[in-house]
Amino acid sequence: MTAPMLEAVNLSVQFGGLRAVNNVSFGVWPNEVFSLIGPNGAGKTTIFNLISALYRPTSGEVRFEGEVISRMPPHVVARHGIARTFQNIELFEHATVLQNLLVGRHCHRHTGWWQDMLFTGSVRRAELEFRRQVEEVIEFLDLQHYRDSMVVGLPYGVRKVVELARALSMRPRLLLLDEPSSGLNTEETEDMGFWIEDIKADLGITVIMVEHDMGLVSRVSDRVLALNLGEVLTLGTPQEVQSHPGVIEAYLGGTADA
Amino acid sequence: MHFIFKTRYEQDISLFKHSGQRFWYAALAVAAVAAPWLLSEYTLSQVTFIGIYAIVCLGLMLLAGFTGQVSLGHAGFLAMGAYTEAYLQANGWPFVMSLPMSALVAGITGIMIGLPALRVKGMYLSIATLAFGFILEQVVVSAEGITGGNAGRQVGKLTIAGIDFDDGTNFYYLVTVIAVLCVLGVLNLLRSPTGRAFVAIRDSEVSAQSMGINLAHYKTVAFALSAALAGIAGALYAHKIRIITPDQFGFLQSIELLMMVVIGGLGSIQGAIFGPAFWFLVQQLIVTGKDWLPPALGQQTGLQPTIFGIILIAIVLFEPMGLYGRWLKFRTFLEIFPFYRKGMFKRQKSYMKSERMK
Repeated sequence: MTAPMLEAVNLSVQFGGLRAVNNVSFGVWPNEVFSLIGPNGAGKTTIFNLISALYRPTSGEVRFEGEVISRMPPHVVARHGIARTFQNIELFEHATVLQNLLVGRHCHRHTGWWQDMLFTGSVRRAELEFRRQVEEVIEFLDLQHYRDSMVVGLPYGVRKVVELARALSMRPRLLLLDEPSSGLNTEETEDMGFWIEDIKADLGITVIMVEHDMGLVSRVSDRVLALNLGEVLTLGTPQEVQSHPGVIEAYLGGTADA
Repeated sequence: MHFIFKTRYEQDISLFKHSGQRFWYAALAVAAVAAPWLLSEYTLSQVTFIGIYAIVCLGLMLLAGFTGQVSLGHAGFLAMGAYTEAYLQANGWPFVMSLPMSALVAGITGIMIGLPALRVKGMYLSIATLAFGFILEQVVVSAEGITGGNAGRQVGKLTIAGIDFDDGTNFYYLVTVIAVLCVLGVLNLLRSPTGRAFVAIRDSEVSAQSMGINLAHYKTVAFALSAALAGIAGALYAHKIRIITPDQFGFLQSIELLMMVVIGGLGSIQGAIFGPAFWFLVQQLIVTGKDWLPPALGQQTGLQPTIFGIILIAIVLFEPMGLYGRWLKFRTFLEIFPFYRKGMFKRQKSYMKSERMK
């Protein structure tokens, strides 16, 4: 029996009087696609922000490979091999796609700013190596055409892919995708589904995703966690979760008064 | 239009992208070497000033244009450099040691001023640096033993290895060499992980963190380097002007520096040089043009600030990328003549950005 890769233990967070996440526990196994679903305000993105340490839990903790990460600063969490994307796309807009992806290699850098200033041989070698690694991601996600374009001029669908590419450039072990298909058309959503399958199968990366598109969720996820008002409704396979009465109630409204 | 056929990754990290660039920068280097023979003594002195201001602007550009931390107290760092140099030189330090020391002292001050930057952002940070500028000016006035107070402080003769550098031509070469080295250092930074981290912090702090960038560390480095560059410029400034007084490093100086950077074009190294060059050119034009204007207008005290204010407003309204942006457009116009279209550089309106993660 192996231990879960990522484990949330009795996780709660409170913003003033609002309990955004209330006593949530779950474990994510290596190399699975784990989806978080739930209506708006269920606390899905809040859980993401807790995992990547942008928020501090009021109580409980998040463990990654046995280590408590919920008390670390966010950049240290990233160095442990956790990459993420954002619901509203947080790219570096006034930089090219290539530069954005190279930032993804940041946590693998080993030169200091004084070496960078002199652009020493080791900086040059590291740069070429970073470029080679980033090109692999560009090829994986078919971004060759956009390599030197500024992000600010790119259409939404492409930005979404660039953000995924930037996260993949980190070569993470755990990838957090916050609504990967939001704002994408049917065809782009389908591509996203293929990529998520490939990320799991070919790159061996564990994926946690927040998603509203149930088609995509049931296609790629191994397990689904349904949340409502910060609490766990149920956890299981996509089919089990979709037929769970509590989930139906949360999405379609109460049946009690009918 | 250059179509560069890329065959190696090295091409993307080299300083010169194609042979045309190499040619024009070589031509510029030749012009810089020949300048003392081509220009009058007065013009050369103005060019030297442009070089000194270009170094400060380079530092401010690194901080404001690339890291997104707008400082309104840069004259303070300039003062740190200038007074450190004046003091150390009077105590017998050779220039090759006092110059790095000036940079170091200014850099350390920069780190101290950078500390609030770890907590406050945007406008609030600018106010904090503004306050620092005022405080430092008062400190300079009060520390009469070192600075000479309001009466000012004389700066001694500059000789390096027995060569007199107070001479206009020699000093011009000294400033030019130092400025070129500074530009190269900043260019190197920007094509390496450090520079990318700066840009990442400028564009999105949240995702910079999630990419593994230590915000505190890189903001501190940006402040330190920016202040150190101002310190170097301050030391050269002290030797150029020879008598330094606190009012040279006041609030107005900080504002002027920021204006130069904005006029030059935020987010471009060229802008850090275009800015001060344009500034001195316009200043010269105003001085010369004054006599041609009717006395009621020409003798007005606020003439120069008014003109610069109008220029700044015009730049912000019509050319947010500054002079460098204008130059890019002009160059593209020539390169693809006659196919240039008016809207080529116009960016499409971005979708609404949510503020929930700020």
